[in-house]
Amino acid sequence: MNTTARAPAVQVRPKSSGGMTYMRRYWTLYLLLALPLAYFFIFKYLPIANILVAFKQYNITKTVWQMQWAKNNGWEFFIKAFSNRDFRYAVRNTIMLNMLDLVAGFPAPILLALLLNELPYRKFKRVTQTVAYMPHFLSWIIISQLALQLFAPTNGLVNMALRGAGFNTIPFLNESWHWVATYVFLGIWQSVGWNTIIYLAAITGINPELYEAASVDGAGRFRKIFHVTLPGLKPTIVVLLILSLGRILGSDFDRPYALTNKIVNDVSNVIATFVYTSGIKSMQFSLATAVGLFQSVVCVIFLVAANTIAERMGERGLM
Amino acid sequence: MIKSKSQRAGDWVVAFLCSLLILVCLLPLVNILVRSLSSPEALIRNRVWLWPVGLNFNAYTAVLSDSRYTWSLVWTAMMTGLGTVISLIMTSLCAYPLIYPNLKGKKIINAFIILTMYFSAGTIPTYLLIKDLGLLNNPLVLVLPYCLSVFNMIIMRSFFYGIPESLRESAEIDGAGPIRVLASIYLPLSTPVIATLALFYAVGRWNGYSDALMFISSKFRQYWPIQLLLYQIINSAQGIDATQMDSAPGLADTIKAATVMFATIPILCVYPWLQKYFIAGVTLGAEKG
Repeated sequence: MNTTARAPAVQVRPKSSGGMTYMRRYWTLYLLLALPLAYFFIFKYLPIANILVAFKQYNITKTVWQMQWAKNNGWEFFIKAFSNRDFRYAVRNTIMLNMLDLVAGFPAPILLALLLNELPYRKFKRVTQTVAYMPHFLSWIIISQLALQLFAPTNGLVNMALRGAGFNTIPFLNESWHWVATYVFLGIWQSVGWNTIIYLAAITGINPELYEAASVDGAGRFRKIFHVTLPGLKPTIVVLLILSLGRILGSDFDRPYALTNKIVNDVSNVIATFVYTSGIKSMQFSLATAVGLFQSVVCVIFLVAANTIAERMGERGLM
Repeated sequence: MIKSKSQRAGDWVVAFLCSLLILVCLLPLVNILVRSLSSPEALIRNRVWLWPVGLNFNAYTAVLSDSRYTWSLVWTAMMTGLGTVISLIMTSLCAYPLIYPNLKGKKIINAFIILTMYFSAGTIPTYLLIKDLGLLNNPLVLVLPYCLSVFNMIIMRSFFYGIPESLRESAEIDGAGPIRVLASIYLPLSTPVIATLALFYAVGRWNGYSDALMFISSKFRQYWPIQLLLYQIINSAQGIDATQMDSAPGLADTIKAATVMFATIPILCVYPWLQKYFIAGVTLGAEKG
């Protein structure tokens, strides 16, 4: 430490004056890192060994290494999973709900960001944004309760209004395909405002001269959106689309688990909820681990593939 | 700039659509507020629209006199406070050393951390680990396993990068070690990002229920956060205590509504004040992540 302080100002700091001085100066940095690294090691790396349970006969009295290998060269539980009707449904539902989320939910924040960008009244814009971010801060348990009371068949506000207008009662949460639609809608409701943040930031990054030039050329509101704003958003859109495609077999737990009910189980059970019910609730640890492993492997493949495609298309990838 | 008539009409259409959006966002909350303040009889007779019918605060007093709810609210607040503090400490401990350009082994450390974003061992392997660590049914399980988010660490690190290196260097020449520099220069200059991450962590903890669902069995329900308690009450057959049920069937709904208000209001009171900061945080995270 003292060598640097005493050195004349013109002299360049010694690049590496031996391991000892370096450690004397910076050992505290490693001390600071010790806790976070221990956290990652314990909670993120240690459980990796437990993935082996997927290939073994789970036995509560033995360690992972001592457990017996499963039949069929260890693939017993993967075979079991795929011959399990509930699991096949869970895969189907995961893909279906994610696809619907993608088709309906992905364009929504883009449209909303374009809309907010067109709003000329500053204060009103801020209020709209604040309100639109609000659902993001609610838990899925709360949202599920809000939906249950709002969409209740007899005394829910929406169905009372529908009946008042002469329509039939809609079983929003009590019939499979209505439930799917409500699920997708609530997903958009929860996330659309929050997801505009990135797009709005990208819009502010667009060169204002482009808009001026477009105005001089006589472009109206829509022309500017299609020829300036959207092209400016393209890189952001592509990156976020890749991320969503990578998650097409990924599954959230909180949302389907909070919104589901017994009547709609055949469309609401996704891989994450299947893992919970078969693993933690029914203690079939090997089966549930196998299912989880299958899901994460497919997810990584999808992410890498989507990334490669994007790079081929000439966009900046993620990795 | 003078606007043409069609432009002005367009502005009004945009403003109308935005008002519609505000309405759709607020309607479910207004609805639950109105229901929590209405009388159970009015609720059952389908008379409650957008204004409380038979205004009363019985549902709120019922919640406040039910020790399960009050305890769970206090407990969740405590766990949220503790979890947020631990998370903030861990995040700054992790982010700060990584901004040193000549930290040896930085590449390996970085890879070690970032890799955890791309894969996860999975629910069951993690569950088995928690079991082996003896954390099942232990209140610490609500704090430790998810106390450090790589995404949030990246946000904080980006913010630290924005603080001029010369400040650090001159402090070091004056003899301050890294810990002093972190405590007396970096953290005091980082209140915006600390506020943002505190909000993210606190909301995550306050709203979280799946970890408690998986790691804390119903025998230890005194450790359940409010969200899980609410979930179990909504979904269990008997619902509210029989003593409260017999007074009126609609009371169950007003009590649930009141509980939702209790579980929601703390967050709704906080987040608007931090809007400027969390927008910057999300944008920063998206750029660097």
